[in-house]
Amino acid sequence: MRFDLSDDQEFFRETARRFIEAEVPISVVREWHDLPDGCPPSWWQSAAELGWTSLMVPESMGGGSISGRPVVDLTIVADEMGRGVTPGPFMPTNVVADTLGRSGSSDQQALLEGVLAGEVVLGWAFCEPGGDWTASQVAAEAAPANGAYVLTGTKTAVEAGAQAHHLLVTAQSPEGLAQFLLPSDTPGLTVTPQESLDLGRRFAEVRLDGVAVGPDALVGQPGAATEADVERQRQVMTVLQCADNAGSAARVLEFTVQYAFDRYSFGRPLASYQALKHRFADMKLWSEASQAAVDGAADALADGADEARMVSVAKAYVGDHSVELMHDCVQMHGGIGVTYEHDLHLYLRRATVNRGLFGTPGDHRVCLSEMMGY
Amino acid sequence: MDDFVYAETDPAELARYREEVEAWMNENMPRRDPVNPWHPTQDDDERSSRNRELQRRLSDGGYAAVCYPKEYGGQSLTAAHQKIIDDVSMDFDMPILFSVPTLSICGPVILEFGTEEQKQRYIPAWIRGDELWVQFISEPSGGSDMAGALTRADRDGEEFIINGSKIWSTFAQRSDYALMLARTNWEVPKHRGLTMFIVPIHHPGIEIHPIQMVDRTEEFCQEFFNDVVIPAENVVGEVDDGWTVASRLLFHERASVGNASPYTQGRHRNRTADGVEDLAAIARDHGGADVGRHRQRLGYLETLSRVEELLSDRVVKGIEGGFLPAPAGSLVRLFHGLSRTERQTVAMEMQGDRALVWNQGEDTGAFGTEYVQRQQACIGGGTTEMARNIISERILGMPREPAADRDLPFNQVPRSG
Repeated sequence: MRFDLSDDQEFFRETARRFIEAEVPISVVREWHDLPDGCPPSWWQSAAELGWTSLMVPESMGGGSISGRPVVDLTIVADEMGRGVTPGPFMPTNVVADTLGRSGSSDQQALLEGVLAGEVVLGWAFCEPGGDWTASQVAAEAAPANGAYVLTGTKTAVEAGAQAHHLLVTAQSPEGLAQFLLPSDTPGLTVTPQESLDLGRRFAEVRLDGVAVGPDALVGQPGAATEADVERQRQVMTVLQCADNAGSAARVLEFTVQYAFDRYSFGRPLASYQALKHRFADMKLWSEASQAAVDGAADALADGADEARMVSVAKAYVGDHSVELMHDCVQMHGGIGVTYEHDLHLYLRRATVNRGLFGTPGDHRVCLSEMMGY
Repeated sequence: MDDFVYAETDPAELARYREEVEAWMNENMPRRDPVNPWHPTQDDDERSSRNRELQRRLSDGGYAAVCYPKEYGGQSLTAAHQKIIDDVSMDFDMPILFSVPTLSICGPVILEFGTEEQKQRYIPAWIRGDELWVQFISEPSGGSDMAGALTRADRDGEEFIINGSKIWSTFAQRSDYALMLARTNWEVPKHRGLTMFIVPIHHPGIEIHPIQMVDRTEEFCQEFFNDVVIPAENVVGEVDDGWTVASRLLFHERASVGNASPYTQGRHRNRTADGVEDLAAIARDHGGADVGRHRQRLGYLETLSRVEELLSDRVVKGIEGGFLPAPAGSLVRLFHGLSRTERQTVAMEMQGDRALVWNQGEDTGAFGTEYVQRQQACIGGGTTEMARNIISERILGMPREPAADRDLPFNQVPRSG
């Protein structure tokens, strides 16, 4: 959690936390694991009423942020959702809504009303099998045909792919990188649910077998403008993943510290052993530093200052340290920590997925090294 | 007083202040030589005269120790103002020797516990660059156990007679006064028999021996006290209540090491460990074939260096807003120790063989030497193990380590050799 929230932001955060605690406590999270869509649509509409889908949408289109810095407000929700391992198509819907609000046609922007109501879910079909989550890996093809396009390719790990009403598809066109917004029932588009380490969120494979689309499906201009959109989408997605992991890690540390007070061995609480206290101190450091890194990246995105670097810094740090923290917390719990019954694995599963999608910490370290000229 | 006051400051006022500071520095301070920079700890003479002279210039301009109250020679400004001075001064030679411990550790202790006479006598002298202070706290007998001090101060009327030895004082031989912790009562448990004194360093009965470090520099000293006579008016705080004073001194030390003190001036630069960008250039020229590994490590260094700054800001905000307890400065201290040792390691590796074997007249061996003594960053200013104790006990609230000496009269406490 940030330390510089305004009163409005703090109210927004507190409302999100109470909503999650009341509607989706961990027992419900576990029940929802059996839902094919991951969460009831009516619940997502309630979440939308709290503003979870409106932050990135411009006010002129019915949206609006809390603080005027929408990415920062968005990380407040991501942090709380991480604490609760809360399911829902939060990340892809907001990331795509952001792009539609900034680069979409008026017809495409008209969809945002449904997004604001929680009735329309959006997905982003970006990464391809064997790809590395960069724009340069995109091989899906958008071939021009009589003023329209024919899309061919395969996308993997598309979050909420089978739940989304519309998919943003990133592909290569003769004019450069291009993005298209397709209704999910477009002929030639096949969406197949995938299995995931994360038991809460849903992922799908998206196949494009010669999907014919009109020029009105284009989102923004192919080429440099779309490259900028894709970069922005990657950055916002990454900072949300990091906020989610920082929230998860903070929560896991909280209940593991409590466990160390409650659990006695050899006549004393675990919390009294220096060997363990020092590991807890390291974990507290990782947790606070992770939160600092998330805040730095969100601020950079909100201010448009050095955002590529700060987002990579966040992923490189938070990706590794949040997950290591959780493994260490498993170790602190002993045997119970590796059972299905204990909640730890729910956090660890989700955090591990966040760590790997949209670039591993190692990928982001390489990006940083390149930014430094090596 | 559990933490510093970081007053809200108007951004327009700060922008104006930055312009003012830039203009003044350009006019009055020597620009830092980017190729062969002057190093404040390798001062030119036995009095650290250049540090003193630069401090005097800052003071004359009204930019020295600006967070100190006006009545003692400061400017009564905020941490935000000092940070502006620190940012701007990166391009200039600064009297870093005055920052730690004089202004950032000894200073706030005197502000908090000193008598009005002591404040009037000493504080303006630091700010003007007339007097440098050191700490006589650690002893050869016990690194982290500062309350176990064996140096004795025996009362004799209006005077105290000091005998014993202190160690790890920074440039004591070039300094003027020290804050010294000594035992005044041996019949009570260790925390209750200590007193803090102001000691003139160049004084009959005090012998100073510089300690040669691994890199052969002599930054630290050991002192020996043989019947040194100190007037009772030099006591800081109450007699036998020196631990209260020392605890605050340690707090300010951690704040200072963790970049969370508003009383430091300028920032220390380390040639081999700062400047990650420089390391990228070195890796390009000398890193050899293992590009993938170097990229990972450079990227990680960049990550650590950015996160360290962000963490430092977060901790300051957290303490200020009551989200974190004051000992949270130990988080920054721990991060700093770990990131600095990592940086020293990578810096050495980027140099390839040249850090290990080098041609006469070259200085790439410094990277090897600094690597050999890299653990210094995890020892000096309180070890990382002490930081972990503090984080677990005072932030997470875990039980304190058992101490066999806690309630024993000090003269019954077992001790080594």
